[in-house]
Amino acid sequence: MVILAGGILFTMILIAVKRNHRLTFITTLLVISASVIAALLQIGEKPHTIGEIAVVDRFGSYYQVLLLSATFVICIFSYISLRRFFPGKRKEEYYLLLMLAALGSCMMAISAHFISFFVSIEILTISLYTLISYYRERQKAIEAGLKYLILAAMSSSFLLFGMALVYAVSGTMSFFGLSAIMPSLNPSGILMLVAGIGLMIVGIGFKLALVPFHMWAPDVYEGASAPVSAFIASVSKGSVVALLLRLFMIADLYRYEKIMLAFTVIAVLSMLIGNLLALMQNNVKRILAYSSIAHLGYLLVAFIAGKGMGIQAATFYITIYIVTILGAFGMITVLSHSDNEAADIENYKGLFWRRPFLAGMLTIFLLSLAGIPLTAGFIGKYFLLTAGLGKAQWMLAFVLVASSVIGLFYYLRLIVTMMKQDGDAISISSPSPAPSVYGIFVLAALGVLVVSLGVCPGWLVDIVKSISP
Amino acid sequence: MILAWLIILLMSCGLLAWLAGRWNNILPRVISLAGVSVQFLVVVWLWVNHQQGNGSSRWITSYTHSWIPAFGIQIKLGVDGLSLLMLALTSFLGILSILASWKEIKDRVGFFHFNLLFVLAGITGVFLSLDLFLFYFSWEVMLIPMYFLISIWGNENRVYAAYKFFLFTQASGLLMFLSILGLYLVHGQHTGVYTFDYEQLLSTVMAPQTAFLLMLGFVIAFIVKLSTVPFHSWLPDAHTQAPTAGSVILAGLLLKTGAYGLIRFVLPLFPQASHQFAPVAMILGVISILYGAKLAFAQTDLKRLVAYISVSHMGFILLGIYAFNEMAMQGVVMQMVVHGVSTGALFIIAGALHERIHTRDIAQMGGLWSKMPKMGAMGLIFVMASLGLPGLGNFVAEILILIGSFFANKALTIVATIGLVAATIYALRIMQKVFYGTEQKQWNVADFGLREMGIMVSLSVVIIWLGLFPATVLNLAKSTVVNVVGSINKKTEAKTEAKNCKYPGPDHSVVGMVVIRESLPDNQINPKTQIKDDRTGY
Repeated sequence: MVILAGGILFTMILIAVKRNHRLTFITTLLVISASVIAALLQIGEKPHTIGEIAVVDRFGSYYQVLLLSATFVICIFSYISLRRFFPGKRKEEYYLLLMLAALGSCMMAISAHFISFFVSIEILTISLYTLISYYRERQKAIEAGLKYLILAAMSSSFLLFGMALVYAVSGTMSFFGLSAIMPSLNPSGILMLVAGIGLMIVGIGFKLALVPFHMWAPDVYEGASAPVSAFIASVSKGSVVALLLRLFMIADLYRYEKIMLAFTVIAVLSMLIGNLLALMQNNVKRILAYSSIAHLGYLLVAFIAGKGMGIQAATFYITIYIVTILGAFGMITVLSHSDNEAADIENYKGLFWRRPFLAGMLTIFLLSLAGIPLTAGFIGKYFLLTAGLGKAQWMLAFVLVASSVIGLFYYLRLIVTMMKQDGDAISISSPSPAPSVYGIFVLAALGVLVVSLGVCPGWLVDIVKSISP
Repeated sequence: MILAWLIILLMSCGLLAWLAGRWNNILPRVISLAGVSVQFLVVVWLWVNHQQGNGSSRWITSYTHSWIPAFGIQIKLGVDGLSLLMLALTSFLGILSILASWKEIKDRVGFFHFNLLFVLAGITGVFLSLDLFLFYFSWEVMLIPMYFLISIWGNENRVYAAYKFFLFTQASGLLMFLSILGLYLVHGQHTGVYTFDYEQLLSTVMAPQTAFLLMLGFVIAFIVKLSTVPFHSWLPDAHTQAPTAGSVILAGLLLKTGAYGLIRFVLPLFPQASHQFAPVAMILGVISILYGAKLAFAQTDLKRLVAYISVSHMGFILLGIYAFNEMAMQGVVMQMVVHGVSTGALFIIAGALHERIHTRDIAQMGGLWSKMPKMGAMGLIFVMASLGLPGLGNFVAEILILIGSFFANKALTIVATIGLVAATIYALRIMQKVFYGTEQKQWNVADFGLREMGIMVSLSVVIIWLGLFPATVLNLAKSTVVNVVGSINKKTEAKTEAKNCKYPGPDHSVVGMVVIRESLPDNQINPKTQIKDDRTGY
């Protein structure tokens, strides 16, 4: 954490002294790797709290490593994307914002207090506004940024009001304090508490883009550049999931049936609506946006299942989801032309025959999102289902299965498009630039990770088991 | 260990073929042919070995390796008579389908063979798995490459057909997955051991209602694969649109995985629930027989016609499985093998015709015998096989199934027998329209070449051999069949007296069966041969 924050300052000074894209990029990578190493070292330590506001334990460190590694990968994609879209413009600040956002999400992963929660979520969101509309020449970027700004501000206010309500009844803002005080609450106090948490669900739902708080996601994904979309889909969501799990674990909010009912409804809606709306899209980024809505819905199935298995399954799933979605967005980045991003489904026509390797990788990522065996997504889905069924959540499990069948449609559609004969493909006319070598390398690494996790996931399962408190 | 190598071998050959396809079009074919042939040899070796030294264990050979211990998932493979037969069929048809597509597939040869070998690997996995997780895993592994095979190398309407195939099988497969998980949890909660191990799960105790629901999940997945009537509609499309090799594998092997699943998993795991379900299953089976035959008669597309024949024949399998006696089960095993051979052959013929005259419409064919006598003769053999001509394998299978299920349910069996009559109608219609009659167009076509004759001759040798010496298959599958039938009847024996009236008890039926079966080859053939004479007058 400190390294990351210090690193940001250092990079800022560096930019002031010498503006050089490559230099900034490398510094950023170094800073992030240093933070990953620091977080890894933390894992060995005993769990301890920092004041009241944060807990350093294996769970938090695991998420930090995960989020930082994801940021690392996104950084590389950003480098590719920036070079292609922004030749000769100022792009150094981008990395500062990216690191700031990562700082916010890492803080969220270890926070155990409403204050730290709120501060970190704001650090994250404010950097994201700017990142989303960073390519200000593009029409949709500004629109997307504004949309995100307004909706996120609104969700923050919900969050704050919810916290205020909880504080009003419990007199504490720390998660531990909350759990200590809860048994002694009278019925009206519980009502207030549940109402407060309900409002917080609205705020969290916005961040995770769960139905019915999902409206911003497709537009923002479409407007932002692919690496930034990847960041929103992976790091930003991952950190909120970490926080959600921690809040519910420590304060044991599982005992309030109304809250769980709300989550059940949200989960069902997210799974169904996310997948159904994705069917009608022609833009790959919008498809991924809706699919990420559905995936967070799947994740809630495990979350609802509760302690033990449920937490492990959710952690496992978010890990796999992050790896896969990074691959998918990375693919968009790598395939993009200098004039437009490869977002339209038409761009993928015949890709299998033009660039078999990349298309094969994209197929793997899509199959993993669809949850087909030999890919990591399948193991993740298996874990979710086991967790759900273990708590006799038959209804949720059925919805999960049914909606993933719906989901297959659009993943398959994309794959089929890639296989179409390229006789009439449009992109032949504008020769696509050779994809960046780094990009291909990173994508290959992600692809190998997805497949190897699909074939022998044992080690990750063990890690996930060991970190859950 | 050798079992694991079988799968690894196919997969690595598939990858090699893909790589080789970049430089050369011949190399992938040779590599995959070599891979599948090695598999075939290994299976034959196992077969011969098995007959020499008969082990006391239920499995001829098995292999266990831990995979994801945290969930109780193992790589557990085992082969007994039934799976050995299925493996032999897999590799045999695998070789033939590679040969059959030798000239048909001209572009992306490497990727084609990659998919082909992965389908075969998945199927091999299905036939070998003794761990339910691994089973589901292989079950899904065979889908994606099949989907690619149809959607890339298929005919005009391939994308639609591929979608339909994939969604039907995937949706039903996920239901099965839910059931597998349910079984896993029920077993875990009772015994505290969370495992997917087939042999341990066999002893799961559960409430009848739970068992029934869990069984339904499995059954739906399997009868969708088996293309039983309400769930059959993917099959004609997929078969028609797939390339020849795809059709052969679909009909010859993929459908069999459904039957195999019912025999290997559903009956032993849920004996009582299966008894409850049996009447429904048998009715569905009979409907499939008749409906499939009726639709086969109505088709003008040759491949579609053969596809409906499959629906009809799979109805026999379903009927036989749920008759719960040894004889019918033997017939089912037989049917699985001979249907694979005969329908595979018909698809190869249809594919060869399509390659030559670029149509599958039988209205445009006719009088082809004079142009292609070799193909005509081969066509005659397999058309006769699928109508159940004595002396060919299908006859043995169908008669065993019918006699066996007669003990279980007389009325339904009598209705099912009509299917045999219907079979003569649709089958002879193929011969009549395609090879006899007047020529519709002046086709200028070549007859079967050496390669194609090789394929067809080997298929016809097998089908005649099985017709004359069915004991080859029956003996091999016997132990499995006795096990399955024994287990299902034993567990329900004590249940109620009423059941015994409906289904004959194990002792009685088995003794009866054995007598009939041993005297079968010469006893049963005679009366029917006369019918054959009548038919040839058509």
